[in-house]
Amino acid sequence: MYRWLLLKGLGFTILYTVGSIAFGLLIGLLVGLLRLSKSRLVNFPLIAYIEAFRCTPLLVQIIWFYYAFPVLVGIDIPAHAAGMLVLSLYTGAFYAEIFRGGVISIERGQWDAARAIGMRHIQVLQRVILPQAVKRMIPPFINQSIIQLKNTSLVSTIAVADLLYQGQLITSATYRPLETYTTVALIYFAILFPLTLGAQIVERRLQRSD
Amino acid sequence: MAATQNGTMIEVSDLWKAFGPLQVLKGISLEVRKGSAVALIGPSGSGKSTLLRCINLLEMPERGRVRVGDQMIDCARGKLPADKELASFRARTGMVFQLFNLFPHMTALQNVSAGPLYVKRMPHGEAKELAMGLLAKVDLADKADAYPSHLSGGQRQRVAIARALAMRPEVLLFDEVTSALDPELVGEVLDVIRSLADEGMTMVLVTHEMGFAHEVAKTVAFMSDGAIVEIGAPHDVLGQPKNPRTQAFLARFHSFTRTFAGTR
Repeated sequence: MYRWLLLKGLGFTILYTVGSIAFGLLIGLLVGLLRLSKSRLVNFPLIAYIEAFRCTPLLVQIIWFYYAFPVLVGIDIPAHAAGMLVLSLYTGAFYAEIFRGGVISIERGQWDAARAIGMRHIQVLQRVILPQAVKRMIPPFINQSIIQLKNTSLVSTIAVADLLYQGQLITSATYRPLETYTTVALIYFAILFPLTLGAQIVERRLQRSD
Repeated sequence: MAATQNGTMIEVSDLWKAFGPLQVLKGISLEVRKGSAVALIGPSGSGKSTLLRCINLLEMPERGRVRVGDQMIDCARGKLPADKELASFRARTGMVFQLFNLFPHMTALQNVSAGPLYVKRMPHGEAKELAMGLLAKVDLADKADAYPSHLSGGQRQRVAIARALAMRPEVLLFDEVTSALDPELVGEVLDVIRSLADEGMTMVLVTHEMGFAHEVAKTVAFMSDGAIVEIGAPHDVLGQPKNPRTQAFLARFHSFTRTFAGTR
């Protein structure tokens, strides 16, 4: 019967991973694109956002959003929402930098050549820069996403019923921390190890296609 | 069209450009007649490439006017033309770069057809036909499906020329297009440019190939320190330079000037 609890926890973990990757990707794409603007007015708040999330521990962010943020705005945020929000904002900050890094890694000559044949800014991005940049973004994107799956375990601290949280519940019911937490760790490993291997294969393929 | 009646295709007047504190162009004026070629020569850092990049507004001058054909852009500090206007202005000029700048994720054919396809919205079949024709013109029809990484420098540069031609430009700008090539590959690229000149393409070439400048250009302009200090027919500017700076620069191309003095 504990197996079902763990499975349910795993379901939450995957839901949080996929959900925060999806939202984070949206945030990262938007912020990363806007960061390419030369305007300081646009850039300053975005840099502030990125650095705030990159330079504080995720655990502190989760706790702050769950316990402190409601005091600030006067609305209670359910743990589920707070967890998803913070995870998305956190990984979005990293994706934004991956995205921006990919775009600015493309030589200036590519912009020159595309503009010289009369492409508009958006066409240059769509037809010339992004197809090349995306290839360079894929490996760091996969790495960040793998890390993100591990990061989700931190939402257990605000009682979101993810894999680790279920483990804690089972442990307190059975007094068997060794078996339970080992099982929890093995489940994470069983998912992440194949993903890591897959990422290496993708990376090698991308290198070869250059 | 009134502007083109006197036969000038490019008209640059009182162009100023600075990069930060560095004033790169100091009030340049230049006219290029329709169907003629102008070679820009001069020491590196003299502003030749910047002038070229200002003609198609890849660099925005802070002051001055640029006219290509019947489209004129008046530059004033802090006033950027809209993205759309800039794009349509650039589409009338073709540019070929020192480092080719081919799109590495596209085949030779796709590189050439990209402009017609995405900028002119030409139907697929038509764009492909146009691109094939241009690749044949630069003698690369058999490399249509090759990616740039599988082409030699000379081949890449010829694809780049075909890509510029695909927009049916009124003007071609060449920015030191043979400087990055192995010596044995220079000839094939110059041949293509020569045949374009023979067809009456209006062009501006930044070049260090003095012999080629003399052969192809109707006018040679010597630039130094952000200004055109001497301009005229090739045999005057290259053969009997009057300005001491031109003389000093050409003295470094000793063998050339000597050969040249001999022919006169």
